[in-house]
This record gives sequence, structure tokens and C-alpha cells, in this order.
Amino acid sequence: MADFNLKEKASANKIVRGGIMSRRTKGDMIFDTINTIFMVIFTIIILYPLLNMVAVSFNDGLDALKGGIYLWPRIFTTKNYSTVLSMKNMGNAVRTSVMRTVIGTLSATFVTALLAYILSRKDFLFKKSLSLLYVVTMYVNGGLIPVFLVYKSLGLTNNFLVYVLPGMVPAFSMLVLRTYMNGLPDSLAESAMIDGAGHFTIFFRIILPLCMPVIATVALFTAVGQWNSWFDVMIYNRMSDNLTTLQYELMKLLSSVTNQKSNSEVMKNATGTVTPTSVRAAATVVTSLPIIILYPFLQRYFVAGLTIGGVKE
Amino acid sequence: MFKRDPDFGKKLKNQKALIFMSIPFVIYVIIFNYVPLVGWLMAFQNYKPKNGLFHSEFIGLEKFKFLFRNVDFIHDVRNTLAMGVINLVLSTVAAIVFAILLNELRGVIGKKFVQTISYLPHFLSMVILTGIVFDVLSMENGMVNRFLMTIGFIDKPVQWLAEPKYFWWIVAFANLWKETGWNSIIYLAAITSINTDLYEAASIDGAGRLKRIWHITLPGLKPTILILLIMNVGNVLNVGFELQYLLGNDLVKSVSETIDIYVLNWGISRGDYSLGTAAGIFKSVVSIILIIIANKTAKAMGEESLY
Repeated sequence: MADFNLKEKASANKIVRGGIMSRRTKGDMIFDTINTIFMVIFTIIILYPLLNMVAVSFNDGLDALKGGIYLWPRIFTTKNYSTVLSMKNMGNAVRTSVMRTVIGTLSATFVTALLAYILSRKDFLFKKSLSLLYVVTMYVNGGLIPVFLVYKSLGLTNNFLVYVLPGMVPAFSMLVLRTYMNGLPDSLAESAMIDGAGHFTIFFRIILPLCMPVIATVALFTAVGQWNSWFDVMIYNRMSDNLTTLQYELMKLLSSVTNQKSNSEVMKNATGTVTPTSVRAAATVVTSLPIIILYPFLQRYFVAGLTIGGVKE
Repeated sequence: MFKRDPDFGKKLKNQKALIFMSIPFVIYVIIFNYVPLVGWLMAFQNYKPKNGLFHSEFIGLEKFKFLFRNVDFIHDVRNTLAMGVINLVLSTVAAIVFAILLNELRGVIGKKFVQTISYLPHFLSMVILTGIVFDVLSMENGMVNRFLMTIGFIDKPVQWLAEPKYFWWIVAFANLWKETGWNSIIYLAAITSINTDLYEAASIDGAGRLKRIWHITLPGLKPTILILLIMNVGNVLNVGFELQYLLGNDLVKSVSETIDIYVLNWGISRGDYSLGTAAGIFKSVVSIILIIIANKTAKAMGEESLY
């Protein structure tokens, strides 16, 4: 797990290298200038569409259609947001999105960690066969139709559980967690065993607390996946308004905007106008808000996680 | 295999608790991952939901024959492969170039800032990405049309998403926008493990920045590049379909639809479960063959096996 500090090592190396290369040649200066310009352009390309979306979301709808909105709204309004928040399914969408993210993430992370614990017991007789059973699922799956029919016969259509159950034990997360647990000293579990502790006690009291960094990483990825998915809503829960999610509602807005007729559906009233485009901008901001807010805090976890993933089982 | 272990019975008894804990996991994976595989039988049947899997008529390879004579399916296979390969090549090159340039960027703060910004789009959903593509390419105020008109490259706005010839590239560039920063993480990690003495020696010998990148950084990245490339070749059919499904429209249907969308259209929308399953099997089998070839190649080149 030494690779955890790669990022820090990277900056340290840089400082050392900078010291050695204290004599900068003309070629170096040109290179640095071009590189800096490139990075500035790159950053603008990433950020501009996002910031522009925020500006449009706070601008009067009809006025925004005239163009010329860049990073700041011209005619400020919160009408787009009030339209989004008063949409028919909004309450359901927010509730289901939050619930699937919280319940889906907690259950998947816990259950996957438990399987990883079982498979990290060194002398467990069925370690190989059980691992294989799960690893195969990374490469072979039934495909959309057979899976759809099985879930349907299990009663998972128009059912909240379809968001939680199918992705409960991702094999890749299991491998990441198992690798980490294999790296913990055996003596910890052994001495607890001698003191009479059972597997659940060892798992909860010793292994789980020690695995927190990697558990956080796995949980983060699961949470982002849950929050962002819309396809399972469309396939399994299309008929249940109370099981819709924010992403699915946004997707419906998106397809209504593509059917070009829509921008003429301007809604007017005393406080201003909204258009499908401006409403979609507001909906996009609402939908990505949780990720943007949490993003800075979560950064260190996902970088660590990706490095573990790269190290492989 | 178990017979060789004289303590097998004793171990079995000792591990009662672990075995009990494993049982739910075995049942779970069988129901959710292995039972659907039984459904592959549907591809060889004229499956009717009212008859079920065990009373539907077997028709052999009829559905597969239909697939390979169906122009739409042939197009969708071509589209899947084309977008898969374009994405693979562009995203690999972009991630390597970006990682190298970021590594060369002076100033720790600027570097951290660019890095943080570059990962951000990875966490946005495909629905949001699609919305951004619509905005950026829009006829009215899209930044691409505006920019190209300002520099005089075009004189009237182009309707990018209505032209089949642009579609694959739009998907590729949308993916680049979303994933370049993210994909570069692994290369950045590899760059930091290159021995710094090499750079010192080279700069003492008078090698400039580009020379050092070319002769030290790139060769140092070679194993990582190869292993990732091989791994991704196995995934080339999984270009996904979210973006294609959301961005596609009737005007570009012939180039936008992938095998997954074919399965969705025939299987779910038209209810031909047998045909949908057959198309799915075709994709799975080709994927597995690609993965096996990839793994054999990796082994032959002396790299660690992928599975």
C-alpha cells in the first residue's frame, strides 16, 4: 500500500528536480510558457461549459435564447429553479435519488466488505472456489434481456430494491477490499480468536476500523454510481412515478429539449420567462450539486483508490 | 484435490462459521449472475413469455442467421467497433500527453489546481454530459459554432448532431472531455516511479525538456501503456451506449446505434426476447475472445496476467 503516497512523492520529486535544474535554458522557458498556455486552455475547456450552464440557469429564459450569456447572468432570476423544484415528480425524484444513494452505498459497502473478509481468511477451504464464482462475473454476464427477465420474475420491476440488490457485491470492489485485508497482519485476528472472539466480532471490531481508508474509497465510487444512474430507472421502474430519480427526470427534460419544437414552449408570467433550455440548466445544476459540493473533500480518497486498483490483485 | 488434505474433516468443522457466512453469498451470486446465463437458451428458441423457457419451441440458429443478414445489426457492430477503437486510441494518447505535460508543469499549486479541475467531469453523469454536448454544439449559441465563425472557419452554424459524419468524433471528444484527467492518474503515478537520477544524468549531458520526455519519460511509461492498452482492447465493445443512446437521433441512427442499443430496441421495445438475447450473446462471446487474446498477449510479452 506504499503507493498511497504517490501524489506526495510526485511533488517532492518535482521540488528536487527543480533544484537541480536551477539553470533554465531558453528552450526550457519556451516549453514552460507553451505548457502553461496549454494548461490554461485545458482548464477553460473543462470549466467554461459548466460555469456557462450555471449562468444560464440564473438568467431569464427568453433573454438567454438571444445568446451572449457567458459567465454571469444578464437578467437575474431564480424562476428557473422554482420551476424545477415545482415540477410534478421533483419530490419523488429527490427522495429516491437520496435514498438509493444512501441505502445502496451503505449496504453494498458493508456486504462487499464482509465477503472480502471471508475470502481473506488464509486457510478458508472454499476461498478459491468462492472467489472464482465472483471473479467470473466481471467477465461474463447474461446480458440485458435475460437479466431483465430474471429481475422481472423476482418481482424487481416497479420496486425500489432493483436499485439496491443487483449491484450489491461488485467483484472489483471485493478484490480491492480483499487485497487490502490480505495486507493486514494475521496476528490481529488470531489473537482475538484465541480470546474467544467470533468472526463477526473480529470483522466489526478489528478489520472494519482498519480498512476505513479503502472502505471510504469503495463507498465513494458506489455512491457516485448510484447517484448518476438513470438506465435502471428507465428499464425497471418507468411506470412508478414515486421511484423516479433526479437523473431520470433530467434525462426526460433533455429529450424534450431535443425535440426541437420545445423552445417555443415559453412559459410567461409576471415575473419573467422560462424556456426548456433554461429549466434544463437549472435542473442540471441541482442534479450535480451534491457531487460538486462533496468533490473537494473526497478527492484524496479517490486518488488513493485508483492507485490501489491499478496495483491489482 | 480435497482428498490430499488429511485434516479436511477437521478444518470443515472448525470453519463452520465461515461456511455459514458464505452461503448467502453463494445463493446471491447464483441468482443474480448465473441464473440469467440460463436465459441464453432463449437465443435458440422462438421464446414466448406465455410458454416460458421450458416450453418454447427450439429453432436452432435461426435468430443468429437473422442477425447476420440484418443490415441494422451489421451497422451496429461496425459502429460499436469504430467508436470503441477511436475512443481507445484518442483517450490513451490524450491521457499520456496530459500526464506528461502536467508532470512538467512548474509550480505545485497550479499543478494541483489543474489536476483537481481535470478530474471533476469524471463524476458527472452521462445525462449531464449529454446536456453539455447539446449546449456546446447548439446551432443558436453553441460555443463551437461561435468560435469557428469568429475565426472564419465556417460562415454559418453547423448542425453538428444531425450530420452522420461527425457523430463518432463527437462521442469521442465528449469522452475525452469527461475522462482525460481521470485516465491520466495512472500514468502520473507511473511517471513518479521513474528514477529521478535518469533525469539528472540527462540534464547534465545537456538534454533539453523534450529530449528528456522522449528518451526517459516515454520509455519509462511503456509497460504501463502496454498493459492498459491490452486491458482496454478487451473492453473495446463496451464503449457503452449511454452517450450514444442519449445523443443519437433519427438523422444519425445509422452511425450512432451500438450493439447494446440494438438489444434494447429489439429486445425490450419490440419484445423479441430471443433476438435481443442472441445479439447479447454475440457481444459477450466476442468480448470474451478479445479478453483471452489480450491476456495471452500480455503473458507473451512477459507482463503479469490480467486475471
